Amino acid sequence: MLIVKNLHVRVGDKPILRGIDLEVHAGEVHAIMGPNGSGKSTLAQVIAGRDTYEVTQGEVYYEGVPLLEMEPEERAREGVFMAFQYPVAIPGLSNTRFLHAALNAIRKHRGLPELDAIDFLALIREKAAFLQMDAGLLERPVNEGFSGGEKKRNEIFQMAVLQPRLAILDETDSGLDIDALKIVANGVNSLRRPGRAFIVVTHYQRLLSYIVPDRVHVLYEGSIVRSGGKELALELEASGYGGLQRGAARDAAPALP
Amino acid sequence: MGTQQAGDAFLRNLDGLRGHTVASRPSWLGELRGAALGRFTRLGFPTTRQEEWRFTDLSRMLSIRFEPACGGASDGLASEAWALVHALPGPRVVLVDGHFRADLSVTAAGRGIVVDSLCRVLRDSPGLLAPHLAHYAPWREHPFVALNTGLATEGVFVQLAAGAVQEEPVHLVHLWTAAGKARVAHPRALILAEPNSRAAIVESYWGSHGSVSLTNAVTEIVVGRGAVLEHAKLQEEGDEAFHMATVQVHQQSRSSFTSHVVFLGGSLARNEINIRLEGRRCRCTLNGLYWARGRQHMDLRTRIDHAQPACASEELYKGILDERARGVFNGKIYVHRAAQQTDAKQTNRALVLSDQARVNTKPQLEIFADDVRCTHGATVGQIEPEAMFYLRSRGIAERRARQLLIWAFANDVVGRIGLAPLRTAVEQLLTAGDGLSVGPVAGRLP
Repeated sequence: MLIVKNLHVRVGDKPILRGIDLEVHAGEVHAIMGPNGSGKSTLAQVIAGRDTYEVTQGEVYYEGVPLLEMEPEERAREGVFMAFQYPVAIPGLSNTRFLHAALNAIRKHRGLPELDAIDFLALIREKAAFLQMDAGLLERPVNEGFSGGEKKRNEIFQMAVLQPRLAILDETDSGLDIDALKIVANGVNSLRRPGRAFIVVTHYQRLLSYIVPDRVHVLYEGSIVRSGGKELALELEASGYGGLQRGAARDAAPALP
Repeated sequence: MGTQQAGDAFLRNLDGLRGHTVASRPSWLGELRGAALGRFTRLGFPTTRQEEWRFTDLSRMLSIRFEPACGGASDGLASEAWALVHALPGPRVVLVDGHFRADLSVTAAGRGIVVDSLCRVLRDSPGLLAPHLAHYAPWREHPFVALNTGLATEGVFVQLAAGAVQEEPVHLVHLWTAAGKARVAHPRALILAEPNSRAAIVESYWGSHGSVSLTNAVTEIVVGRGAVLEHAKLQEEGDEAFHMATVQVHQQSRSSFTSHVVFLGGSLARNEINIRLEGRRCRCTLNGLYWARGRQHMDLRTRIDHAQPACASEELYKGILDERARGVFNGKIYVHRAAQQTDAKQTNRALVLSDQARVNTKPQLEIFADDVRCTHGATVGQIEPEAMFYLRSRGIAERRARQLLIWAFANDVVGRIGLAPLRTAVEQLLTAGDGLSVGPVAGRLP
């Protein structure tokens, strides 16, 4: 579903990613872990289409199509979704209106009829209830005055409505208390499908107790220095990121064909 | 032509204008008119050398030879105007080309409530006006207020007796019909909300594109002790209209006043709203939105005088500037020495959509009491790239994302309008009213 080949990215003169290789198949959950500043969020944002980063080398294929040539909205319509680490507040635009515009843009692209207001409201009420999200938040301006936890839950709510094929969760666990974390994790787990993949970017192992990954990658100074199964997250929890060094890769991501 | 010469030409034309004023009876009114015109002659028209008018150049307006408006014969109300008229089924006073139209108006004299044309009240019960008319608006200092006071031929009188509750909003409709000649009108409104009364009043101004007009309006409002008044002013005049207006509000203790100002039309439009908090524990809320395109020039000013202790004021003004438009915002908060425990908050934001558009924004806080909480924030900016990316990352096309963000910026103010029919009318003016399902697609949005 997603193939990242030798991806180099910089901001200004500063290299952030230095040759990332990653392959994610449909149905899989990949965790990307690493210390602050290792490039985790950059990788997520580059896949989603943020243009403040400059790709200097490498390629990204999504469903066999070169992803980096697509506008962010095209990626979204093709099924890429990123849950933002810092969701943006938009005073004056209701959550409902925003999401309705988004869903219909995606449905139209997929050749599906647009949902009218009644069907749309029924859909979002159901999704909100499932995520135990206060229905009052639906009519509030997007993320305006939301608590940290409400913002993160709102991201997962949007994901549940938009039904992406590739979902990237960028530090969705940060700022969540344990109850909110469980609700978010349940929401994610309920969306796991054979045809859908997740990339879970996180600093901590904690989230991975609830969203159990198939693969764990450790990002350090812009490179994946280790990859392994879910037990790697536990190992890191015990040993910390201190022991990591560039080039000290064991069990690195398999070379791509 | 400079402002001075243009002003002189306008003044030479004044005698012609004066001939059309209504008979100056009773005598106090004649004296008032004379004094106001005398004052105006001395003040002259403002020039950009005066601080209050630095960014608003009147020379083009003053080079036009305006004639006093004759009563509009046609019923050419803009369809948007009719839509709002029908959506507000309460009492209304309709002025077409500055003249009262009894046939279009629904005047009221419900229990404790008077809504009528100023001339009719002047004829039938001038005693209602004498203690109030021109007692509030600063005709001795402000040339346009002086001119209005001297020349106003028609207007609106609203009175709410103590404790009266007017459930349906009162609508004051001002309409310019299409015409080949440049016309001027000086509509005057006097609104008296006596203690513990409650009402909502909408003033709307409409026009026709391609017709030159000057509206020089003055509205005086007294909000009595414990009264609750919501006032909205919507200006959607034609593209060659000039609009100069002062709204003067005096609040007595424990009263509450909310103002919404929405300026969309006109070539050059200026609105000044001055609030005097003259009793303890008053609350006032000022919301404003202007949206200027083409070569429109909009100048929105607010002044809040905290003259007594323990009053709260909150202000949000936003402007959108596109193409070659010019915007001016000036928000003054003056906290008098006696006004301890003042809580004043002012926010103003401008969204500049084009390289050629410009805005001058100036918050002014003058504080002479020590136990106060005053905050203000002013921003001028473009559409935020983070917000654009957020919308696009959800599948919304770039152009549409931009529309939604502009809409959101405006709706942050429009959404505060409590009167649903008015809010809907404004939304429709902004978006061509395509509702929830597809969101704004046309109207004013680029």
